Amino acid sequence: MSKEVVIKTDKLTKKFGDFIATNSISFEVYKGEIFGFLGANGAGKTTAMKMLCGLSRPSSGEAMIAGFDIYKQTEEIKKSIGYMSQKFSLYEDLTVKENIDFFGGIYGLRSEDLKAKRAELIKTLGLENEVNQLVSSLPLGWKQKLAFSVAVIHDPKIVFLDEPTGGVDPVTRRQFWDLIYDASSRGITIFVTTHYMDEAEYCNRISMMVDGEIKALDSPFNLKKQYGADTMDEVFYELARGATRKGD
Amino acid sequence: MNMVEVVDVVKTYNKGSLTAVDQVNFSVKKGELFGLIGPDGAGKTTIFRILTTLLLPNQGSASVAGLDVVKDYKQIRKMVGYMPGKFSLYQDLTVEENLNFFASVFNTSIAENYDLIKDIYVQIEPFKDRRAGKLSGGMKQKLALCCALIHKPEILFLDEPTTGVDVVSRKEFWDMLGRLKDQGITILVSTPYMDEATLCERIALIQNGKIMSVETPDEIIKQYPDPLFAIKASNMGKLLIDLRNNPYIKTCNAFGEFHHITFNNLSDSSMEILVKSLENQNHKEIEINPITPNIEDCFINLMN
Repeated sequence: MSKEVVIKTDKLTKKFGDFIATNSISFEVYKGEIFGFLGANGAGKTTAMKMLCGLSRPSSGEAMIAGFDIYKQTEEIKKSIGYMSQKFSLYEDLTVKENIDFFGGIYGLRSEDLKAKRAELIKTLGLENEVNQLVSSLPLGWKQKLAFSVAVIHDPKIVFLDEPTGGVDPVTRRQFWDLIYDASSRGITIFVTTHYMDEAEYCNRISMMVDGEIKALDSPFNLKKQYGADTMDEVFYELARGATRKGD
Repeated sequence: MNMVEVVDVVKTYNKGSLTAVDQVNFSVKKGELFGLIGPDGAGKTTIFRILTTLLLPNQGSASVAGLDVVKDYKQIRKMVGYMPGKFSLYQDLTVEENLNFFASVFNTSIAENYDLIKDIYVQIEPFKDRRAGKLSGGMKQKLALCCALIHKPEILFLDEPTTGVDVVSRKEFWDMLGRLKDQGITILVSTPYMDEATLCERIALIQNGKIMSVETPDEIIKQYPDPLFAIKASNMGKLLIDLRNNPYIKTCNAFGEFHHITFNNLSDSSMEILVKSLENQNHKEIEINPITPNIEDCFINLMN
C-alpha cells in the first residue's frame, strides 16, 4: 500500500458550549486504506465524521481531507468524498435509474459520463430487470449494494460509511464487504463505522474513540496483542468500559 | 404451559403482494427467555405486533397466556409489556413523567412496582427531570424498558432492544434481561445480532417471513451439517477469492480474523492437501484449525 495521506487531522476539536464532543484528535489515513472508526455510543464519532465531511466547522485544530483544508475548502471536500449510512442512502420512491441519475447529477457527473457509469453499475450489480422499479421494492441487500455503488459513482478519493451494514443479513453483510474490498483495491479510501466487531477485523487499521478522544489506533492484530485479547470484542469492551459518557 | 402459541400465522401487506410472515409456528414456555433472530425485513416486528394485538393475522391463530390475540385483545393488553423497536415514549415528557404516565394508564403507581424496575431505574434516576427526547440511546432504552415493566407484565415483548447500541451497553442490557427472567417474567426478544442468540434459552432463526429453525442455541449448533474449519493467511482478501475457487472447498465465508470453510469429501488428508494447494498460490503463514460453528455460521448455512 502506498503511504499517500488522504486524511490528516491535528488536534481536531469540536465544542458545544462547555461540552467537548471531539477532543483534540490527531490521526492519518492512507490512500486505499480501510479505516475502521469505532467507539461507544456518545464517544463523538458522528461529530468527528461531520467535521471530516466538511459539514461542521471545528472549534480548533487542523485537518486536510483529500488535500483540502477543513475550514476553507469544504465545497472541494464534498466533491472529493462519498457518503452512505444505514439511515440515509437512497430515495425509496424513486426508481433505480432515477436514484443513480440523481446522485450522479449531485456529484457533478457530466451526462455522457453518467450514462456510461449507469450502464456499468447496473451491469455489475445485475439490476438489468429492476432499472425502472422503485427502490422501495428492492430487497434490503440490493438496496445496500446500490447505495454503496451510488456513493462511489464519482470515483471519490474517500468514502465515508456510517454503520452501512446495521440489521443486514449475514450473507448480504459479507457481500457488502466484497464491494468495500473492491473499492479499496481501486484506491478509494474507506472510512467506516460499525457495531459488528467481526467487521472491525476486516479493516487495515482501527481507531477507538472513548469520551471524545482516540484511545487506541492500530491494526486489529496489534490491538489484540496490546490488550492481550483474543477478539476485537474484548478490546472494545476493555477500552469502552471506562467510558463516562453515555450519549448517542 | 406455553405463554405464547403461534400456529400457521400468515400476514401479508399491500393487498397480499408482500408476505411478511409466512406460515409461522412456534411457542414460548412460561418463564422462558426466547429469541427471534433474523435480519431487517425478516418479519420479526410483524410477529411482535400480532402478538401484542396491534395487527390482525390474515391466517392462522396466536395466543398469549392462553388468550386469543383477536378475540381477547383487551385482556392481553393488560398483561403484556411491549418495547417497540422505534423509541415510542413521549419525547416532551420527562423521564419521571413518562414512567408515571404509563403506570397510571395501567392503574398502578411507580411505588407499587418499584422493586421490579429498581435495578434499571436507579441508572436513569439522576436524569428523572430530563425530557425523554434529550436522553442518550442507552438511557432511552432503559427508560423504555422501565415503562414496559411498570405494570408488572407476565410477558415482555422486546423488539430489537439492542440495535445500534454499542457492545458495552448491549452486555448490560442482556444482564438486565437475565435478572428479569429470574423474577419469572417470560421474555420474547428479537435481535439482528447473531452473537446475542446464545444468551437466549431457545431461539427461532427467521428469514424472509419464514422460520428456519426453533431450538436451543446448542442444538442448532449441533445440527450444523459439516465439520467447520477456520483458516487465515497473510493476504486475507486473496485467500477468500482463492478458497471460493478451490475445488476442495464446499463453503467459504469471511468471519473477522479468519475465514470459515467446509470441505467437499472431507478426509484425514484434506487439511494438508488444501494447505499445499494454497502454498502453490503463494499464500504465506497459513493457519487452519477445526472449530465449533457459531449461530451466524448456522444462519448462513440455513439461508443457502
